[in-house]
Amino acid sequence: MEQSTISPEEIIKTGTVAFKPTKAMIDTNMSYCPGCGHGVAHRLVMEVVEEMGIIEDTIGIAPVGCSVLAYDFMDIDMQQAAHGRAPAVATGIKRVFPNKHVFTYQGDGDLAAIGTSETIHACNRGENIVIIFVNNGIYGMTGGQLAPTTLPNMKTSTSPYGRDVDMTGQPLKITEMVALLPGVAFVTRQAVHKPGLVRKTKKAIKKAFKIAEEKKGLAFIEIVSNCNSGWKMRPDASNIWLEENMLPFYPLGDIKG
Amino acid sequence: MEEVHLMKGNEALAEATIRTGVDAYFGYPITPQSEVLEYLMNEQPHLRTGMAVLQAESELAAINMVYGAAACGKKAITSSSGPGISLKAEAISYIAGAELPCLIVNVVRGGAGLGTIQPSQSDYFQAVKGGGHGDYKLIVLAPASVQEMADFVDLGFKLAFKYRTPAFILSDGVIGQMMEKVILPPQQERLTDAQVDELYGDWATLGKKKNKPRNVITSLALKPEIQEEHNHHLQRKYAEITKNETRFEKINCDDANYLIVAYGASARISQKAITLAKEKGLKVGILRPITLWPFPTEAIQEMAKQVKGILAVEMSAGQMVEDVRLAVNGKVPVEHYGRFGGMIHSPTEVCNAVFEKLVNC
Ligand SMILES: Cc1ncc(C[n+]2csc(CCOP(=O)(O)OP(=O)(O)O)c2C)c(N)n1
Repeated sequence: MEQSTISPEEIIKTGTVAFKPTKAMIDTNMSYCPGCGHGVAHRLVMEVVEEMGIIEDTIGIAPVGCSVLAYDFMDIDMQQAAHGRAPAVATGIKRVFPNKHVFTYQGDGDLAAIGTSETIHACNRGENIVIIFVNNGIYGMTGGQLAPTTLPNMKTSTSPYGRDVDMTGQPLKITEMVALLPGVAFVTRQAVHKPGLVRKTKKAIKKAFKIAEEKKGLAFIEIVSNCNSGWKMRPDASNIWLEENMLPFYPLGDIKG
Repeated sequence: MEEVHLMKGNEALAEATIRTGVDAYFGYPITPQSEVLEYLMNEQPHLRTGMAVLQAESELAAINMVYGAAACGKKAITSSSGPGISLKAEAISYIAGAELPCLIVNVVRGGAGLGTIQPSQSDYFQAVKGGGHGDYKLIVLAPASVQEMADFVDLGFKLAFKYRTPAFILSDGVIGQMMEKVILPPQQERLTDAQVDELYGDWATLGKKKNKPRNVITSLALKPEIQEEHNHHLQRKYAEITKNETRFEKINCDDANYLIVAYGASARISQKAITLAKEKGLKVGILRPITLWPFPTEAIQEMAKQVKGILAVEMSAGQMVEDVRLAVNGKVPVEHYGRFGGMIHSPTEVCNAVFEKLVNC
């Protein structure tokens, strides 16, 4: 729901509807840690699906990672894919249902480590799908190990002295990489830890679904997010850390299209 | 009059996929099955039936494309050989766990490792005993002719959809590469989206309808008691398949004193071998498993009451022989014979093995 039109005074007035949950989300407790960005990202995708009136024609793909249970929260038909293979699964769906809306929702380990090949090739074929890529710089699900996107010197459970880039390489900017491919029509990097950014991310998601619908190619949205548990921080501190460390390395904004 | 064609096994299988009304083929080149993808690309099935064909970036991608399409209630198929099937193993396990109907084809070459591109039957364990992780089974069909390469496409999909489980064609480089007469199946229409909805709308992901519960395809159950129940459900299904779908062929078994159990190319070679044995006065029958899982255990048990010894002939170091021994349970001697690593045994070698391993021992 658009919230920008409601003034702060109106919001605190009793009886004002400031927020209406989307019908496309299941009304249940989420399994995500309090403060995690996955929940907001889920909601935005589902708000777009509802507002575009495409619930009946959308198939989502959950990855392996914290969002493996996305289908417990997103109230649409969904498939759960093996670790990293969501873009291949999406390709299979799209080839038999060219007119359905298909999106993958993937973490950085899923998309940029084990699934790099599937990601690059689905992008290169210009599959008319939407990829939602939640980059929290760490493997959240398995307890905070090094991810391909982990920042230099960042501590994780498998880089306890900080990421040594001489040993493990530099963080992989896969979003910039896929922007080079002609099959990819729209590439943007967004974040969801502040209300203004949430609104921008939603606009980007809507644009992405439209691009895929018009069969212009693949639409790729990176959402730079936090992992307060994996980063071993309080949620508020993790958002500040994200601003100060992740965003300089992963600058927000449109990269292509 | 029926149209009789002279075709390679791989080509007959490819043509049969178009004629069976398959919706999508996803593959990756590997000898000795590359003709499947080549034939399909050349035929342009999207113009004939609307079937999609895609060369994937890897076998991993290909089988996961099958997963996506199969989860939409569509007929999806992939083919490969040993090294590629090993890569597909993870997704095959997911497909079995998520109960998706599809068809996977292995035209077997000699291994282990990169091995050889020459024919072999050394992927029996992989196909029949698992290959991927977890308690699952595949319906495994073993064609012994170019005709069966064509016919088992339809049979495989019928079984896969009947039981909502993956079916597997375990062929070999001989059957895939050889040319024989074949009567191709008639052209079936592909199902329309409305028909798919009517038939499989209760489980397939077609988009959540307003008045229906949504569909989720997953193999995940974090709660062990739920996973256990799901596994029981799979086991009940496998028991049903075992009861209904065990297939085999008996050749010259009525008055046989010895038995060869062989599938695929080895069954063909053994047919000549038993003629040679007959010339030497020995009555040898053949029991040819058509389904390797479910395995024709009872039929072999019956034969064990009649014969003095059984030879499992397979181009491997001895894989199917273990299932023959389990069936026979020590009642009569069970021996293994087979060349492997890409070598093919001759009828004379098989005939000699019957004498050496069963008769004169
Ligand atoms: C083939 C395979 N390897 C490893 C795992 C274990 N595993 C589960 S989730 C995960 C990491 C996911 O991290 P990411 O994609 O960054 O998502 P996040 O959990 O941070 O949201 C791993 C390695 C698995 N399930 N399958």
